[in-house]
Parts: sequence; structure tokens; C-alpha cells
Amino acid sequence: MARAISTRRKIGITALAWALGLLIFFPILWTFLTSFKSEADAIADPPMFLNFNWTLENYFAVQERSDYFKHFWNSVVIAGGSTLLGLIIAVPAAWSMAFVPGKHTKDILMWMLSTKMMPPVGVLIPIYLIFRSTGLLDSRIGLVMVMTLINLPIIVWMLYTYFKEIPGEILEAARMDGAGLREEIIHVLTPMAVPGIASTLLLNVILAWNEAFWTLNLATAKAAPLTTFIASYSSPEGLFYAKLSAASIMAIAPILIMGWFSQKQLVRGLTFGAVK
Amino acid sequence: MSTQHSRSAAKLMIAPATFFLFVWMLVPLVMTLYYSFRRYRLLTPERQGWAGFGNYSSFIDNPAFWSAMGNTLLLVGGVLIITIVLGVLFALLLDMPMFGQGIVRILVIAPFFVMPTVSALVWKNFFMNPVNGLFAFAAKAMGMQPYDFLSQAPLASIIGIVSWQWLPFATLILLTAIQSLDSEQLEAAEMDGAPALSRFFYIKLPHLSRAITVVILIQTIFLLSVFAEILVTTNGGPGTASTNLTYLVYAKSLLSFDVGAGSAGGVIAIILANIVAIFLMRAIGKNLDS
Repeated sequence: MARAISTRRKIGITALAWALGLLIFFPILWTFLTSFKSEADAIADPPMFLNFNWTLENYFAVQERSDYFKHFWNSVVIAGGSTLLGLIIAVPAAWSMAFVPGKHTKDILMWMLSTKMMPPVGVLIPIYLIFRSTGLLDSRIGLVMVMTLINLPIIVWMLYTYFKEIPGEILEAARMDGAGLREEIIHVLTPMAVPGIASTLLLNVILAWNEAFWTLNLATAKAAPLTTFIASYSSPEGLFYAKLSAASIMAIAPILIMGWFSQKQLVRGLTFGAVK
Repeated sequence: MSTQHSRSAAKLMIAPATFFLFVWMLVPLVMTLYYSFRRYRLLTPERQGWAGFGNYSSFIDNPAFWSAMGNTLLLVGGVLIITIVLGVLFALLLDMPMFGQGIVRILVIAPFFVMPTVSALVWKNFFMNPVNGLFAFAAKAMGMQPYDFLSQAPLASIIGIVSWQWLPFATLILLTAIQSLDSEQLEAAEMDGAPALSRFFYIKLPHLSRAITVVILIQTIFLLSVFAEILVTTNGGPGTASTNLTYLVYAKSLLSFDVGAGSAGGVIAIILANIVAIFLMRAIGKNLDS
């Protein structure tokens, strides 16, 4: 039953919502615009909104000055690698907990969740010392390992909530038809599980890409991903507003786009299925 | 109806995840506990020995600790209040019929996908900078003195930045919860002549209470560990004005290289987080049963 609503009221709501939406979005929009300004225009008084000379020079300058693509590639390896490794470990675990639940399944799930409650700073020292003595400090392998482990509980949980929604009758029917465990997984479950796995993958790439505690503390130069790269712009070696903007836009653009596709999964993944 | 065969296969499939998480949780935890009772500075590693509770008492006696505790509380509480009040209002607004709803939603959730170091630097330089920031321009345009946000109100400024990052999360979750509300109940109330305000307080807000609890708990876990935003804006300063517990432990361990004191701080942070975690686990565990 659709409620009738006057067009005038709808226009009013639209105006208010758009105004607030643009207000929230404004810092990103402003960064985007500034990235196309010259350094002089970027700090012009009064500020220039659209009436400046658009230029792409900042994007080239960022690459030349600080080797953007090296850091971009580090981010790709760390976020992508940790997500894939996490999925390899988590898919079997979530599968078996969803379809062959035992007495302790719930306890294991809750315990996995509890590891996520560990504040990173509580284990910063041991991890730092272990990494220092094993040469993992400032290495991509080390960061992939840490990132896999901090996100593993979320991956298991998300997959579990997705797998839970696959109806059990289908499995039983397959078994009645004489399908073994392997056929069951390959021909029945996998096609139904792919959307859930894809969503989990998306959310975890986002989380790992933006993670900024471990990356700032464990990677300083060679393995530094974009989070650390951007942080290097905080040192007051002169104000490079336009270049900072270009670097920022390049760092957030891929994730912003992925994020917009994963709104729904975000809710499920970050609330551990408590809100759907 | 699972067979013996599939049961043991199932156990085998859980084993790697359980094993890695167990090691990841236990080894560093034991090490932190161990170091927290040791005298150990990275600059003078040869002078080691047991310290008893010395690290704890020196960490707690330090005035920086109490200011960090206060700042942690203000940061978590401030961001929670701002994001939940605004989040509820935004969710209610976004739930109403309008043109271009999808686009507005995309605009509102965008900040959540911006990495912490970027959002901190954007706010620090483009908005809060007392010379070239937009706030300074606005102040000058209105004939006022520009305000140096990060040195005069460092903690409040950081609360603002972090709230901007987390408002989308609260809004999105509360919006999801509102949309699951049974519309017939609302229509019945409307037909019975219940005014909008009572419809909100008696139907929508109770329905949202669970989602609000979840938002509070999850945000608290993350907000206790705010770090990058402080590192790139104020470095915890001026003095310790914007140092939270996480930043204090970082400063003790990786800036002053005092492993013992840093570990004691780490243990305190773990205890604090666990108090919150117990409540969160209950809220989520309830959902598992249903």
C-alpha cells in the first residue's frame, strides 16, 4: 500500500536531503577539485571553486616526486593478498560450520569474533619485536600476514551468514541423488556461494586497503602502502595542497568505487550479521 | 543428517582458521603480559630484569595516563553521541520518498571509504588550517579572527574528523534497520491519528534500539583504537591534549622504546576493550540463537 504524498513535500525533502548529502560529501569534492588546480590557485584568497585553470600536472608530479605506483602496488598486494589468503582459510571453515554444525560451532564462532576485540595496540610490541628479529619489518609478506589475521574473523563470519542462507534441502536432494561430498561442493554449493564470496572479498579489500594502524607502524619505506604514503605528506616540508589532493584522490578513488557497490554487504559484514 | 565421514572432514576444514587465530591471539598476548612485568628498554637492552608491577605503577602514575584516559573517553563518547544522533536523523530523512535517493545515499556514505590518513590530512589542511583553510577564509569573510582548530581545540577537532568518518556507518546501519520496519504498523498508527513525533518515539525508536546498540558497540571497539587521525594531525599534542590511550602506548613503546611500560599500557588497553567486548558479544550472540 503506497502512501500518497504531496509532490511539494517530496520536493522539500529532496532539497533538504541533497543539501545535507552534498555537505557531507563536500570535503571529498573539494579535494577532487583542488587536485586539478595549480599550487597557487589551491591556496588563493578567496578560494576558487570552479573558475580556475584546470590542470593535470599534479597527478604527474605526485608520481615523479614520490613514486605513487610503488605504493599503489604495495596496497594492491597487501589488500589483495591478505583477502585471498583469508578466503582460502575461511571458506572451508565457514562452509563446514554452516552445513555440518557441531555442538561447539556457536562457541567457535563467538571465540573467533572475540579475537577481533583485541585492541591492536595491546599486541603492537610483540608483533613489532617478532617482525624486527625475523626481518619481516617493512615487508609486504609481514603485512599480508597481519592483515589476513585481523580480518579473518570478519571473513569467516560474513561467509557463514551467507552460507547459512543456502537452503539445506538442496544439499539433501543432491545427496539423495548420490552426490558425494566433492560433487556436492563443486556442483551444488559453489554456484550458490559465489555471490556471498564475492561480497566478502569486496568488503575485505576495502578494510585492508584502508587499515592504518599496522601499516603505519610496520611499514615505513619499501613496503609502505598508500596509507603510509599519504601520511608522509603531513610533514611540513612546504604546503603542497594541489599535490596532496591529487595523491589523496588517487589513493581513495578505487576504494570509493568499490565501496559504492558494496553498501549492503558493508552492513552485514561489519555488524557480524546482527543487522541485515 | 551428516555422516561420520563428513563430520571429520568438517573438523579438518575448521582447523586452519582456528589454529591461525589461536596462535595470533595467544602468542602476542602472552608476550605482552610477560614484557609488562619486565624492565626492558630497546635503547639499553642489556639492563633487563623483573619489574614486578613497576611498569604498571609508572604507567598509571604518569599524569599523561589520566589525561589519555580522559581523552579516550571524550573521543569515544563524543563521536558516539554525534554519529548516533545525526545518524538517526539522516536515516529517517533518507527513508522518506525523494528524487535521487540512491545518489544522496552514495554521497552520505562516501566518507566511510576514505582512508583515515587521507581524511585527517584533508580536514587538517583544507579546512582547519588557520592560514589557508576554508574555515579561516570563512571567518575572515565574516570579519572574524581565524581559529587555529588543531592547536586550540585539538581533541574537539579530532572528534569532528572521526565523526565525519563514522557518520556514514551509523547512518547506513540505522537506515537498513528502519527499512526493515513493518510499514503496516506505521500506517495503522497514522490512521489512528498518531502524530509524527509519537510515531517516531513509540514505533521507530524502539525498533531501532537493537541497531543502535550494535552501532554503539562496534564503533566503540574501533574508536578505542583511533590512531592514524591523531598521528597525522596533532601527534597527540599540544602536550598530551589529544593523546588517547592507543597513542600513548605507541609513544611509550615506539618513540621512547620502553617495552616494559608500553606493554603495561597495552594490557590496560586490552582490559578496557574486553569490558566493551563482553557486551558486544552478548548482543551478537543473541542473534545467533534467533
